[in-house]
Amino acid sequence: MAALNEEQVMLRDMAREWADNESPIAAFRKLRDAGGGKGYDPEAWSAIGGMGWAGIVIPEEFGGSAFGYLSLGLVLEQLGRNLAATPLASTAVAASAIAMGSSDKARSEWLPRLASGEATATLAIDEGPGHDMKIAATVSGGKLSGTKKFVAEGDGADVFVVAAADGLYLVPKGEGVTVASRRMADSRSHAEVTFSDAPAEKLGDKALTQAVADRAAAVTAAEMLGMAESAFGQTLDYLKQRVQFGQVLSTFQALQHRMAKMLTELELMRSAVEGALEAIDAGRSDVDQAVSLAKAVANDTLRLVSREMVQLHGGVGMTDEFDAGLFLKRAAVLEAMWGNASYHRDRFGRLNGY
Amino acid sequence: MATAADLDRPADSLDDFRKEARAWLEANFDPALKGHDNAMSAVDGPTAETPAQKKWREAMGDKGWGVPTWPTEYGGGGLSRAEARVLQEEMARIGAWNPIGGMGVMMFGPTLLEYGSEEQKQAHIPGIVRGEVRWCQGYSEPGAGSDLASLQTFAEDKGDHYLVNGQKTWTSGGQWADKCFALVRTDKSQKHAGISFLLIDMESEGVETRPIRLISGASPFCETFFTNVKVPKGNLVGREGQGWEIGTRLLQHERNSLSGGSGSAARMNAGNTVPEIAKKYRGTDAEGRLADADLRTRIIRHEMDQRAFALTLRRAALEAKGNAGPSAATSVMKNVGARITQDRAELNVEIMGMQGLGWEGEGFSREELEQTRTWLWGKAVSIYGGSSEIQNNVIAKRILGMLDHQ
Repeated sequence: MAALNEEQVMLRDMAREWADNESPIAAFRKLRDAGGGKGYDPEAWSAIGGMGWAGIVIPEEFGGSAFGYLSLGLVLEQLGRNLAATPLASTAVAASAIAMGSSDKARSEWLPRLASGEATATLAIDEGPGHDMKIAATVSGGKLSGTKKFVAEGDGADVFVVAAADGLYLVPKGEGVTVASRRMADSRSHAEVTFSDAPAEKLGDKALTQAVADRAAAVTAAEMLGMAESAFGQTLDYLKQRVQFGQVLSTFQALQHRMAKMLTELELMRSAVEGALEAIDAGRSDVDQAVSLAKAVANDTLRLVSREMVQLHGGVGMTDEFDAGLFLKRAAVLEAMWGNASYHRDRFGRLNGY
Repeated sequence: MATAADLDRPADSLDDFRKEARAWLEANFDPALKGHDNAMSAVDGPTAETPAQKKWREAMGDKGWGVPTWPTEYGGGGLSRAEARVLQEEMARIGAWNPIGGMGVMMFGPTLLEYGSEEQKQAHIPGIVRGEVRWCQGYSEPGAGSDLASLQTFAEDKGDHYLVNGQKTWTSGGQWADKCFALVRTDKSQKHAGISFLLIDMESEGVETRPIRLISGASPFCETFFTNVKVPKGNLVGREGQGWEIGTRLLQHERNSLSGGSGSAARMNAGNTVPEIAKKYRGTDAEGRLADADLRTRIIRHEMDQRAFALTLRRAALEAKGNAGPSAATSVMKNVGARITQDRAELNVEIMGMQGLGWEGEGFSREELEQTRTWLWGKAVSIYGGSSEIQNNVIAKRILGMLDHQ
């Protein structure tokens, strides 16, 4: 855990308690089985708005708390532990993009509503199945056209922060915007969003687009950290109670060493993720490198832990009734989102001139 | 020693200390010594010290800055952690290195400060601080390596002294050491509770060392034989039977230092990083990237691993509260440090190809020959100080609470 201040410790503990009690994995399972809708529980989202989490990276003058990205990461980590389905990550990062952007109108119109949780927002950047920052969408005469694939929380979003070839734009749901759901393995909201001459307001140039994508990758890594810790903890608990060959599984050295290896990787993951969030808050010039490190390490580690969770639970791990599959499927989606490990390793190499 | 709390001290309040350190270092460090290393920690023995190196060691010894955070009453620097970091930065700035090191600094000193009597501290700490007394570690035995607690070297109570008989192995630098901190058995009826922590003078009658030649060609380790060696009762640290506790604490200091928290990261940044070596030996493509795509990927993985490890060491330092000191988490650090050290050496050898496998003589640069030895020597880092497998046992049992096989 990074060196947290008193506010951050309180925030983390509160998020942990809320997620454990009010939004446990069972709640996500129920939501999944119900299907359809916006992809999240409106009551849970309303509670999140009331607690101020949607405003953590929004300036105080617009109704936020400006606690910063490390604080947002702490909350998302706790939600990730419980696979909580909320549009918090997408709304917070989109709001942060609006706050960083140059449009006073967008700021005053949208930020207070996003901070309170009254509205949700999301990023619409990628145009293909992977994250490569190749962007073809165009803007002409204040109208944006293009198709964005796999927009997270796209089903319920009130406003989109959209990447065009020349920079970042704000497009409200409505005129010229078509949302088509894409049902995916993680049972969360993903949509293909088509913009046809949709009224768009410019927020910033391509540098802002990249900065926003980096923030999205960093908070995704924070959610992945929570998932990895939770998957690891559940696996450890299982090994401590499951008896085979007349022995508790946790007494077998072969299994002990696999768990020790995972714990080691989790330590590195936490450092890399918190390092990226702190770099963003400090406004450091190497945020790009810190983010690529965090996402690559997060991808590798969550992949290891989520796959081992299934394997070490044996047949139980293969059943839908048990939670391992939920972790496995969400992990795979988050690995692909905002850049897989290869993308970030390659980028890290380029940034360092290797 | 300073607590971790002062790690957060604002940098501007350290400005005066920075000025003092800068002035003193410039007056005392001979720039001609840049690029040399600490003879006290070298595996090739203590004989390589030139007059200039000796002068530098004595200056740092007088100042206590070789062990900057140790208490001043025993000759240490008495600096806070924040000041020690400034000192390290100022040394790095002018290419100065710490001439005080070795096992006395890394492991024995911190342990004696914690467990030793006032008399023992007065007797032994100043010699370590000044880099004048070399210590070696008498832990492992031919029949007790990873299962250290089954050691057999016996110290028989003879009233005013112990009579020590037995054999130790892997005694690092034993042939050059002045003194040995050893785990010995004082009670044959109990495994862990029968072990005591004893200080043995290597000049004593009945002590014999035989260097062991390694695959790297070096002989940094010895077999050490104790035959009817008389050791005064005053050389017992702590109580009889407390040796396992003290010895384990010392191992935590050892793992902490072996994880590369201090020196190796600085050395890595001295200019010979893996990507730099790869560019030199393998060339770049039209875009200026490393030409070999597969190697490039593996080098990037290594560099990221190292970066994540550096962040973890920093995080561990920030998180350490008050008197916590090294913990079981040092096992995690030791394993990652070992992995990174070995990955780096393997990559370098692969990058250099045949040129990186020279043994001696002409046709190879000094760096290339060193690379061969570094690679082979590096195979030890996952074995000594508790093998990676033993560290994994420690992690599983002490951190994760996974039980022993019943």
